[in-house]
Amino acid sequence: MVRKIERDANRFKQIVRGKIKADLRKYITHGEMIGKTGGELVSIPLPQIQIPEFRYGSKNSGGVGQGPGDVGQPIGRSADGEPGQGAGDSPGRHLLEVELTMDELAAILGEGLALPRIEPKGRANIIEEKDKYTGIRQTGPESLRHFKRTYKKALKRQIASNTYNPRDPLVIPVREDKLYRSWNPIALPHSNAVVLYLMDVSGSMTDDQKEIVRIEAFWIDTWLRSQYDGVTTRYIIHDAVAKEVDQHTFYHTRESGGTRISSAYNLANKIIEADHPPADWNIYVLHFSDGDNWGEDNRQCISLLRDQILPKSNLFGYGQVESPYGSGEFFRELEEAFENVPNLALSEIRNKEGIYDSIKEFLGRGR
Amino acid sequence: MANLVNSHNLPADLRELQVEIEGYALEYGLDFYNTIFEVLDYDELSEIAALGGFPTRYPHWRFGMEYEQLSKGYRYGLQKIYEMVINNDPCYAYLLRCNMRVDQKLVMAHVYGHNDFFKNNHWFSQTNRKMMDETANHGNRIRSYMERFGEEIVEDFIDSCLSLENLIDIHSMFIKRRDTPDRYNFERDSEADNGVHKFQSKDYMDSYVNPPSFLKEQVKKKEAEQQKSRQFPENPERDVLLFLLENAPLNAWQRDVLDIVRQEAYYFTPQGQTKIMNEGWASYWHSTMMTTRILDASEVVDYADHHSGTMATSPGSLNPYKLGIELFRDIEDRWNKGQFGPEYDACENTEERRRWDTKLGKGRAKIFEVRKIHNDITFVDTFLTADFCKRHNMFSFKHNDAQETYEIESRQFQQIKERLLFGLTNFGQPIIRVTEGNYRNRSELYLRHDHFGLDLKLDHAQDTLRHLNRLWTRPVHLETVVDGRSTLLSFDGTDHTIRPLGGASHEPPDPKDRRRN
Repeated sequence: MVRKIERDANRFKQIVRGKIKADLRKYITHGEMIGKTGGELVSIPLPQIQIPEFRYGSKNSGGVGQGPGDVGQPIGRSADGEPGQGAGDSPGRHLLEVELTMDELAAILGEGLALPRIEPKGRANIIEEKDKYTGIRQTGPESLRHFKRTYKKALKRQIASNTYNPRDPLVIPVREDKLYRSWNPIALPHSNAVVLYLMDVSGSMTDDQKEIVRIEAFWIDTWLRSQYDGVTTRYIIHDAVAKEVDQHTFYHTRESGGTRISSAYNLANKIIEADHPPADWNIYVLHFSDGDNWGEDNRQCISLLRDQILPKSNLFGYGQVESPYGSGEFFRELEEAFENVPNLALSEIRNKEGIYDSIKEFLGRGR
Repeated sequence: MANLVNSHNLPADLRELQVEIEGYALEYGLDFYNTIFEVLDYDELSEIAALGGFPTRYPHWRFGMEYEQLSKGYRYGLQKIYEMVINNDPCYAYLLRCNMRVDQKLVMAHVYGHNDFFKNNHWFSQTNRKMMDETANHGNRIRSYMERFGEEIVEDFIDSCLSLENLIDIHSMFIKRRDTPDRYNFERDSEADNGVHKFQSKDYMDSYVNPPSFLKEQVKKKEAEQQKSRQFPENPERDVLLFLLENAPLNAWQRDVLDIVRQEAYYFTPQGQTKIMNEGWASYWHSTMMTTRILDASEVVDYADHHSGTMATSPGSLNPYKLGIELFRDIEDRWNKGQFGPEYDACENTEERRRWDTKLGKGRAKIFEVRKIHNDITFVDTFLTADFCKRHNMFSFKHNDAQETYEIESRQFQQIKERLLFGLTNFGQPIIRVTEGNYRNRSELYLRHDHFGLDLKLDHAQDTLRHLNRLWTRPVHLETVVDGRSTLLSFDGTDHTIRPLGGASHEPPDPKDRRRN
């Protein structure tokens, strides 16, 4: 039977989704959400879902409490509202946080930005099965016996049956105590995607710019993960030379050298050739820079893109982040060199507000 | 006794308990409606709690939100609802299936306390005792509107009504504020001539019998009266919902929905008005019955644990259970020993006061009287004493605007009592009246906030004006005080404006001026 409250709960969820969608631009711009991702769930602060009413602000307000303390001693922060007269029975006046799964968030993003579904290429429907030892069973070959669990169980049994003597801590597993590892077949789908993030870390890229890149990468990741069964991300930083790094280093490195973008494109190309054959992988290359490239390098970049990267990838995106030192010429160069190339997306991101449109530019092509 | 006990699939052991506890309650002189206990899982209890106790309430998303929070809070082990009891005849109460037997006893005893309070406290006398059926009707009506006019449209409208839900006249249930308009009385209209009543007199006596100055005064008075009757509303109206119901341009279904929201708001009013007393009374009785009659020796520790959990205090908030039970105990004790009246008050000797005992023995009778006639405000006003505040370590706290924290303000009795009463006044919510329904002769709505030193939360106020505008359809205004300046907040359907009024800044009135109601 469907309970009455289910309807209300569903309406509530719908409204939450609606609110998030309506304010998507704001949420996208705020970096705080990324900080809160704990794996599967994101929690999103939603202040405006309360029904407003005329009520007092906290200024000059007060109340009565009980307990020790001297005059002037603080007793609590005023979050959003009053400590309240009624203890325990009034529902919290605190900021409402709703939890969403990453899939739901991606769906909202997709609806909000009107993103088309991505048609994966490659051997989309081939699924490989592989065994992984992830489970525990009560029977199995001795070679797979789980030593720690077995002894833990034996210890439990001995304590419970009062045959355990702490002075003579002898634990002997009997048959029922024994636990064995077991395997589960894991389906490895083949519509995999790899996202290569390239970022310019030369001196002119400041922390603000990196923050923009971080937020944008988060949303692109969220969307791509909802579209593919498996998404691998790889990170490349470059100044005059390029190297592959892990995620943390990617966002926290700052070099001072000049800029040679072709170095990154070269490395990306090498990685694709070595690990991600385009026949099997959906490849995304996203490059962020302030566009201040070493002049003579541009020609090389363009030829690398035209001959190597563009034919291999689903999408190549270039986001030019405006830095305090102004914006470079690279954007213009690319714009002139490539006209009407379907898998090349260019966007200029002036500030955080620009992220929204930039994401739409990158992902709006359904590739 | 057994015939009082319902057969609503209550397990046999609990039914036995109910019979037993009901017996004790009667023995102690409690007087209550027939009680129906239902046993629920936590999920079901969360559902009913989210619906405010009424399983058949109208559909609205906020109940869903509440439900999510309650069930999540329980799953994460943060909170747990122990009991729920509904003011209705018969009285419905809910028990949590997984509770221990001692908890079930405690809850049952507690419920009989509430039940007695609902039935006998004067402030509940005007509530609908068939609310269970009424809310079911409300639910059906709103559901049918949703089918006819669309879920979203009706729900949005409910949002607007709820946003104004607290703008009711909490005493109107007991006071006749105005005559019901007599639609067959045409006199007012025909009374256009300014004739003033004159006493009969001979010509030469006329200036003595009907002195001209008096006549002039009468004319003026009459004019003033007419002026007033041209005002709309005649007197500032506290019951903003009623005013809207009578005067806003609403469809029939909208009027009905607004009426439903208003009725439910009035139904819940006395529960807000007597929170401290109601919980105090119920706690007093569960503790009395448990410790003198019901408890089994093996249950004492668990009982003590759970009872003290309910009575726990935290610095930033006042536990109504604790304050209520202690006040009732204090009253009982004082009236047992005769510690009241002019003689006792005049006594300055602390030691003598402490030992004061006239063996009056009227404690029980007194608390029964108190539970009949008082509400929280009069209860605290009458029975909170300096000794009590001291004994219970009470303090008042205030907001430190610079640090955004609350800090202890004082341990002075006067200050504590003042803060407490202020918090209870109108449930700690601002008092707002409709003063003008045809402002600037353009059908604009003008509300005034009676400012007693606390400013409104501005963002909320503006959002609320938006909802008000949706009902009224013409521009709406709210006169209030912001940072000591008289200010007019307006919303004309598209834009908000805030502008200072008059220029004369209002000093916050002397605290003693605070109206109680």
